[in-house]
Amino acid sequence: MLNEELKTIISEILPNASFEETGEWLNIGLEAADWIESANKLRNFESMPFNFLFCLTCVDWKTHFTMVYHLRSTTTLDNIVVKVKLDREKPEIITVSDIWRGAELFEREVYDLFGVIFLEHPDLRRLLLTNDWVGYPLRKDYEDPINMIKL
Amino acid sequence: MVEEIGKTAEGDLIINVGPQHPATHGVLHLIITLNGETIKKVEPHLGYIHRSIEKMCESLTYRQFIYTTSRMDYLSAHINNHACALTVEKGLGIEIPARAQVIRVLMDELTRIASHELWWGAMAMDLGAFTPFFHAFRERETINDIMEETCGARLTMNYMVPGGVMMDLHPNFQNRVKNFLTLYKRKIHEYDELVTGNIIFQNRMKGVGVLSKEAAISFGVTGPAARGSGVSCDVRKLYPYEIYNTLEFDEILETEGDSFARYMVRLREMNESIKIIEQLIDNIPEGDFQAKTKAVLKLPKGEFYQRVETARGELGVYIVSEGGTTPYRIKFRSPGFSNLSCLDHITRGGKIGDLIASMGTLDLVIPDIDR
Repeated sequence: MLNEELKTIISEILPNASFEETGEWLNIGLEAADWIESANKLRNFESMPFNFLFCLTCVDWKTHFTMVYHLRSTTTLDNIVVKVKLDREKPEIITVSDIWRGAELFEREVYDLFGVIFLEHPDLRRLLLTNDWVGYPLRKDYEDPINMIKL
Repeated sequence: MVEEIGKTAEGDLIINVGPQHPATHGVLHLIITLNGETIKKVEPHLGYIHRSIEKMCESLTYRQFIYTTSRMDYLSAHINNHACALTVEKGLGIEIPARAQVIRVLMDELTRIASHELWWGAMAMDLGAFTPFFHAFRERETINDIMEETCGARLTMNYMVPGGVMMDLHPNFQNRVKNFLTLYKRKIHEYDELVTGNIIFQNRMKGVGVLSKEAAISFGVTGPAARGSGVSCDVRKLYPYEIYNTLEFDEILETEGDSFARYMVRLREMNESIKIIEQLIDNIPEGDFQAKTKAVLKLPKGEFYQRVETARGELGVYIVSEGGTTPYRIKFRSPGFSNLSCLDHITRGGKIGDLIASMGTLDLVIPDIDR
């Protein structure tokens, strides 16, 4: 399906969404407060349920964080990208691990490396780094004089 | 977190499998809560081989960062490199020559066979059969020799570069591959005779570690593990890249979702890869093996995502570019990471002995999970 058609359909179910045309897929911008409701709508959308969360990550833009959710519908094979802006001082967003169960590990990874707090996450602990690690390595302002690789 | 053998308040036993355990194929650490022999919970503990490849890539140029990805899923190094090269090419809008495309696909499929061979041998070894390991390595060595001759390396090939492949094929390549095809066809029936038809093996695999179709989708499981549950997820078919849309091969699907289904998918997939190689080996077009690219690559501002089918599932490379010579943010959506997330689900309620069979058929590669 073309991005334009997708845009029309999705703007009907998500009236609060903003759209941008970067990249090959439709980018949907949402507020953190709307996210859980919108996620439920996308997951349970009748004609094309976006039931496959194939990538979940975060980008540090120095002024704010952007959570990036790549979704795919296994019935129509359409892809969308959902982006949610987060405050850098207090990065908090509700978990989607009960909607897409694979998100549980992805969210733990993002918590580990970016320090984003996922509210109501069943098991929010560090995943890759040790429990006593200080700081969040994938943030742009992270400095580690011993382990840092700089060229 | 429990650091050593202990008991929970309910009297359940907590044991650690790994990080140094022969069946985890690397440094995966599982913390298992047991009631008698029944598994109540499996909790993966990761990070023993975390190298922070994503952070490293942020300070490497678009030509350099590809080399780190050979070290992620070291069994499908070619395909990892391929994914990165494709993402950079997508950003730059480079058309790559027909010869390079064919070489890439040939290498990918050889890698896929080599990876499945190793999985087959190692999985049989996990279940207590040692001999299959040698049978698998006999064929795998042939592929490694082919790789060594053309790429100069046996495991971390670093052969795919943005614009094509690093160097032309070795003059022996076609002959060597044809010899391998003959060898493979002469020997493949041994795989079924040794392992597949074995009644002890079947009893340990059938009905063990059942993953339903819905659960597979929800957990984001891809690759042979998901196709064993009937989820159509072969990126080569769904979102064809390179020349896959012109090739004739089938997407292998099984519906049972148990360990045996996942096993059968991989075995049958090797034959599909053989089919692809046979179609291409005599039809490698002449011409350049690399497109002309600038010495310093600069991706335009934007976001680029490319996925490929590795031996373990869908590998996604997500590059956020600010227009510089290095990526602003790079994310590898590794197949092993998502496949691991379903391990607790499929083993819970089963016996501890079945954990090894389930884990073996998920085909986890730990550096791919930890990155």
